[in-house]
This record gives sequence, structure tokens and C-alpha cells, in this order.
Amino acid sequence: MADGQAHTPNLAHHFDSMDQQRESSSLGMWLFLAQEVMFFGGLFVAYGVYRFKYQEAFAVASNHLSVAWGAFNTVVLICSSLTMALAVRAAQLGDKKRIIRYLVATILLASLFLGVKGIEYTEKYHDQLVPGPTFQYEPDFDQYAVPVTAETAHPNFAGHVHLFYSFYFVMTGMHALHMVIGIGLMIWLIVKAQRDRFSREYYAPVEMTGLYWHFVDIVWIFLFPLVYLVWRH
Amino acid sequence: MSEHGQPHIAPLKTYLNVFAALMALTVLTVGVAYFDLGAMNILVAVTIACIKAYIVILYFMHVKYSARIIWLTAAAGFIWFVLMFALTLADYATRGWLPFPEAW
Repeated sequence: MADGQAHTPNLAHHFDSMDQQRESSSLGMWLFLAQEVMFFGGLFVAYGVYRFKYQEAFAVASNHLSVAWGAFNTVVLICSSLTMALAVRAAQLGDKKRIIRYLVATILLASLFLGVKGIEYTEKYHDQLVPGPTFQYEPDFDQYAVPVTAETAHPNFAGHVHLFYSFYFVMTGMHALHMVIGIGLMIWLIVKAQRDRFSREYYAPVEMTGLYWHFVDIVWIFLFPLVYLVWRH
Repeated sequence: MSEHGQPHIAPLKTYLNVFAALMALTVLTVGVAYFDLGAMNILVAVTIACIKAYIVILYFMHVKYSARIIWLTAAAGFIWFVLMFALTLADYATRGWLPFPEAW
């Protein structure tokens, strides 16, 4: 190389230095994440518009979700973000054993999250709240904490509850799909780590997967209060 | 990148502090949801979520120690989202504010 720097096998030829290579992959990942923000953002905006339009029905529908499960999953996901951050830190320190250990912990926490999501989806299935032809919802206005009565309710109240659950399943479903992809990436990282592919100089895949995982965490940080915690007082 | 060759490695304590803050804010967001704050409920919920996202981005995602261009890209994602949200809601929220001219 022109500057006389020792050539590391992990430095691709089109980069001047490891620094430049690292910054480039970070930038690429952040551009991808900005695009992901717009993807989930579109869903959040649509949800926001309808929640604003059909406030009572959305509040009633949200009250059918379990805050306990939602809060539990929030804690699980934050724990998984911590273990992921520690996996990246272990990679920075070149500690192969800890990389694998923290990645396994992250996968276990992610699986726990998905398991709870499975329980929640099953409950909704039994309550016939899954959108589609089997959706069945009879409003019971005496029961709601939300100030809505048979007289004041929109004639299509049940339809708006249906709409809420369409948003619920699409948004949490897309989030869950991102988690499944994340688990796949972590398994790939463990295999790579086992084969000694990472070093103190080169651990970009661990770091980029970390960024992705924290992004998935952030999506849930917004999903939980906005979807579960509507009109709980 | 702060130093040449190796990026900044945050101490373990930083990660544990961020984790503790995220947990505390989660408890807060659940607790506050059970108080009737009127229209403020949603504002408080979104504010807490934004603070949580901000510290995740800053510390877990290392933006605090990253190059300016990473700052810029992260901020761009946020700004374009706010634009999309604000303009869309401004449209829906103000529909029906003015009477529809009948002569048209």
C-alpha cells in the first residue's frame, strides 16, 4: 500500500484504511435503518390517523390487550439490547468466548419475546379478534372504562375495533418478522465467531447486527405505549 | 472515530447505566398510563419513548462516538419521519374546519 501500512486480510482493496472501511459500513447500515424508519413510520402514521379518527373504538380495542404481557416483553427486549451491546463490546475487545455467550443470551431473550407474542396471538385467536372473515366483535358498552355508550358510539364501532386489530397484527407481526431475521443473523454470527473470523480489527458484522437489533428494540419502545397503553386510567 | 485504528470502547458501567435508565423509564411509562392526564397521556407516552430511543441510539448504537455523517444520517431518518407525520396529521386534523363552498 502507498502509505506503507501493513495490509490486513480484512481490509477490502477499495478502502484506504480500516477506519474508512468501518465508517463506510456504519454509514451503509444507518442508511438502511433510515429507510426502515420510513417503513415502520408509514405504519405508525396510518395508525395515528385512525386512532385520532376513531378514538373510542381504538381505546376499547387496546384495552383488550394485556399490559402485563406487553410490559414483560418490553423488559425482555431491553435486556436483549443490553446483551447485544455487550456482544459488540466483547467483539471490540476481541473476546471470542464472550461474543458467543452474549449472542446466545440475546437469541434466548428474543425467543422468549416471540414465545410471549405467540401466547398473545393465540389469546386473540380464541377471542376471535384476528382480522379477517373469522373476526367477531360484539360491543358491550356497559363494560368499558372508555366513556362511550350505545347512543354515542359510531354505527360501525365493531368495524373500527377490527381496524385496530389489523394495525396490531401488521405492526407487531412486522416487528416479530424483524426479530426472526435478527435471530438468523445472530446464528450466522455465532458460526463466524466459532470459526475465528472476528478480531479486534474486524468485527463489522457483529456491530452492524447490533445496530439492527437496537433498531428493532426502538420500534418496540414506540409500539408498546402507543398500542397497549391507550386509555388505561 | 476518536482514535486511530480502534473505535471508542465504552466502559461496562455506561451500558449498565443505560440499561437501568431504560428499565426505569419503562416502569414510568406503564405507571403514568393509569393516571388520567387527558390529552397529555399520549404526549407523555411519546416523550418517554423518544427519550428511551435517544439513549439507545446514543449509547447502544454508539452514535455518541461516531462520525458526524452518522449523526446526520440518524437525524435525517428522524426528521423525515416527523415531516411525514406532521403533514399527514395536519391534513386529517384540519379537515372540516372550513365549510365546503356549496357553489362549486
